[in-house]
Amino acid sequence: MPDKARVRATINGEPADFLCEPRQSLLEVLREELKLTGTKEGCNNGNCGACNVLLNGLLVNSCLVLAVEADGAKVETIEGVMGPQGLHPLQTAFLENAALQCGICTPGFIVAAKALLERKPKATEAEIRHWCAGNLCRCTGYDKIVRAVLDAETRMGEGQ
Amino acid sequence: MSPTETKQEYQVIGKRPVRHDGVDKVTGRAVYGADVQLPGMLYGKVLRSPHAHARIKSIRTDKAMSLEGVKAVVTAADLPDPEGRTANLGELGDVPLRNLTRNVLASGKVLYQGHAIAAVAATNPHLAEEALDLIEVEYEVLPPVMDVLEAMKKDAPLLHEDLCTMELGKKSDHHSNIASHQTFRRGDVKAGFASADHILEHEYRSATVHQGYIEPHAATAVWSADGQVTLWCTTQGAFSMRAMVHQILGIPVSKLKVIPTEIGGGFGGKIPSYGEPVAALLARKSRRPVKVVMDRTEVFMGTGPTSASYVKLKMGVTRDGRIVAAEAMLAFEGGAYPGAIVGAGGLCLLAPYNIENLVIDMYDVVVNKPKTAAYRAPGAPNAEHATEALIDEFCELLKMDPLEFRLKNASKEGDVQANDVRFPRIGCIETIEAARASDHYRSKLNGPNRGRGVAAGYWMNAGLTSSVMARLNADGTVTLNEGSTDIGGSRTSIAMQLAESFGIRAEDVSPSVVDTDSVGYTEVTGGSRVTFATGYAAYEAGQALRRQVVEQAAKLWKVEPERVLFEGGVLRDLDDAAKKIGLPELAETLAHRGVDIGARITVTPQKVGGVFGVHIADVEVDPGTGKVTILRYTVVQDVGKAIHPSYVEGQMQGGAVQGIGWALNEEYVYNQEGKMLNASFLDYRMPTSLDLPMIETIIVEVPNPGHPYGVRGVGEVPIVPPLATVANAIAHAVSVRLYEVPMSPPRVVKAMLAKK
Repeated sequence: MPDKARVRATINGEPADFLCEPRQSLLEVLREELKLTGTKEGCNNGNCGACNVLLNGLLVNSCLVLAVEADGAKVETIEGVMGPQGLHPLQTAFLENAALQCGICTPGFIVAAKALLERKPKATEAEIRHWCAGNLCRCTGYDKIVRAVLDAETRMGEGQ
Repeated sequence: MSPTETKQEYQVIGKRPVRHDGVDKVTGRAVYGADVQLPGMLYGKVLRSPHAHARIKSIRTDKAMSLEGVKAVVTAADLPDPEGRTANLGELGDVPLRNLTRNVLASGKVLYQGHAIAAVAATNPHLAEEALDLIEVEYEVLPPVMDVLEAMKKDAPLLHEDLCTMELGKKSDHHSNIASHQTFRRGDVKAGFASADHILEHEYRSATVHQGYIEPHAATAVWSADGQVTLWCTTQGAFSMRAMVHQILGIPVSKLKVIPTEIGGGFGGKIPSYGEPVAALLARKSRRPVKVVMDRTEVFMGTGPTSASYVKLKMGVTRDGRIVAAEAMLAFEGGAYPGAIVGAGGLCLLAPYNIENLVIDMYDVVVNKPKTAAYRAPGAPNAEHATEALIDEFCELLKMDPLEFRLKNASKEGDVQANDVRFPRIGCIETIEAARASDHYRSKLNGPNRGRGVAAGYWMNAGLTSSVMARLNADGTVTLNEGSTDIGGSRTSIAMQLAESFGIRAEDVSPSVVDTDSVGYTEVTGGSRVTFATGYAAYEAGQALRRQVVEQAAKLWKVEPERVLFEGGVLRDLDDAAKKIGLPELAETLAHRGVDIGARITVTPQKVGGVFGVHIADVEVDPGTGKVTILRYTVVQDVGKAIHPSYVEGQMQGGAVQGIGWALNEEYVYNQEGKMLNASFLDYRMPTSLDLPMIETIIVEVPNPGHPYGVRGVGEVPIVPPLATVANAIAHAVSVRLYEVPMSPPRVVKAMLAKK
């Protein structure tokens, strides 16, 4: 068994200090070592977006990032999206627009959409569809997801 | 007055409350199959066949077992011998137990690439994978048979040497890959064709496609020293999973508890058992909890896709547009074991139309591909693709509006179906009329290489057994335990029916999907049956709670129950205005007195309402690349009664998009050796948000008389029309007909070049 490496990162604003094998992905460590199972595995090769997290503010597929690469980094997962004030407007918009069916892709979509709206608070439908093309959903046909992101823009614009 | 106008006033039904499990799912707290974590848990991995068809000459596991960190290795030798035994799957029928057992772990032969052979449990998943490489399997590779028509040939390699065709319900002595042949026959087909002015015949093909749920299969098992087995898994049916695992492992059903986790999509593909019995075996051998999670490649190669199919359809039509005869042959791939859902395909094939003379032959054929599983209206999309595309050619020939043609032939109550059963009240005509009146259909479509297509579809839906348990809490809310695993928001549609029936708010019901020890028997989440049948049970539970609180208030006031009215959350004495009590106050009083208000309901509703849909698509074809872009798409569907309209729309949209993927891109690509070349989400191309416009929905409500609120199942039928809808749109865009799906860019270009 390979020696374990020590990794110190900030995860959802909290310091995290863990050991991992060099071959372990960030996704695997989040889920199996740190028990942050909100980040999902759909394909483990970067094609579905269910494992989306923010790494130093950049949207990444955590299955394609080695855990050792998170050393010194800031990681934000779905568990960190809800703030002290309660649900994030995207989370409220997903609920009120029925933008989830089975819900397995939802954490990835919310993390991805959050990254989009931080860059483009007034993203158009076309921009949302383009940005979210890295996230697969098999239940909804995307209609209500796109509407939820548009609705979240309105809510955030109103300062909710 | 049409039934769509008979609107009843509801307090809860038809509203759009936030789903009860929503917050957990948008915050990452909901526990899905792979999220289960237990102290001391090991990780299981499965060794799979690299060959599509081979004899297993030997398996050696000692090297794998000696790797440090490996705690157990299992093979088919660890499973009870299934030969000669029958597995009873309740309403799903009887199958040879061998077909279940051998698909879980192969013995004797491997029948498809990805067929499970052995499994390892180790202290981490990487070690388990390393151990798989140390398992030595010696194969004698056999020629594979990868196509349904090839497999039906007399000289085709046989998958199962002892398989004999069930010929029209009787076992023949004919050794073959054809597992069964059934026929529907009605009227005089010869005379029917003789009376036709136009006859057209074509062959239609569809490739193997996968349900494509985003969550891979996952199972975690504990096998206690006292023989009690606990199984957490992502399944469409906790009870059917319990039945399968109990029969495969030969353990008493009372020793097995199945705890269904949240389920990340299923569409029929999470009904069979795969890693569940394997996890249990590994747990028994290692004496530790074991979690077995598939990766995406395993999901593609090792779990049931739907049937690839061949459909030959001939129809005869009069010059004024009446269908007078139809003759069809459906051959569906079952995959490695019998069980293609071809009967449903045959029944749905012509269902939207009242045709007096028809004959439909259906074949279930084994090939060297994964054992097929149900996929959303299984059998119907493949079958109805042919009907709806052929009708479009008749409409072109007759210069007739395609919806007018369909209305002219539309099925209605009392018409006889292919299986000689009369239709109950159905909404076929209403759905076609709603499509014809839609903004989309009435709009103009202009521009080069653009075309509009329409197609209809039918699915019969299922009823089956469902159970709920409801209990009044001390604060007047209700805790609802139900047996139907929730794939798409059904907790809420069930809770809403209880709320309506009892007379409380949807928010005051707290629904939970519970384990097999905690609620009555409930069949799978499938057949679009949950909102119908489990909702029916919830309705009954609401009625029972209502009776009980009325009785208790009457007792409190020492009056006859007939004098007590429960309305708007308050119980009143009709004859004494001074006597009234809010439900929360009554509930608290009863709780203090130790009176339990609850209901335990099991129902098997018989009057299932089948559903029709009509889809409209506008497409643009890139003549250079063959890429088809969906410009506009509308789904029109009879839903009986929409309990939660948002989730009804969601089913319509999601089903349509799966159908669009099937129509345009999705297929298993195999090489000559029967090896799959595209077992990843990159190469198995499902639709993304970028590929689609908004999906418009038109809900038609023709109540099902067999349900207290008129519910018809809505989940499956939306996947039926897209294949032909898109094919017809392409035909009108570029005057080229494709008879094979997917209509992927290379096939479209090829067809366009051939036309030139």
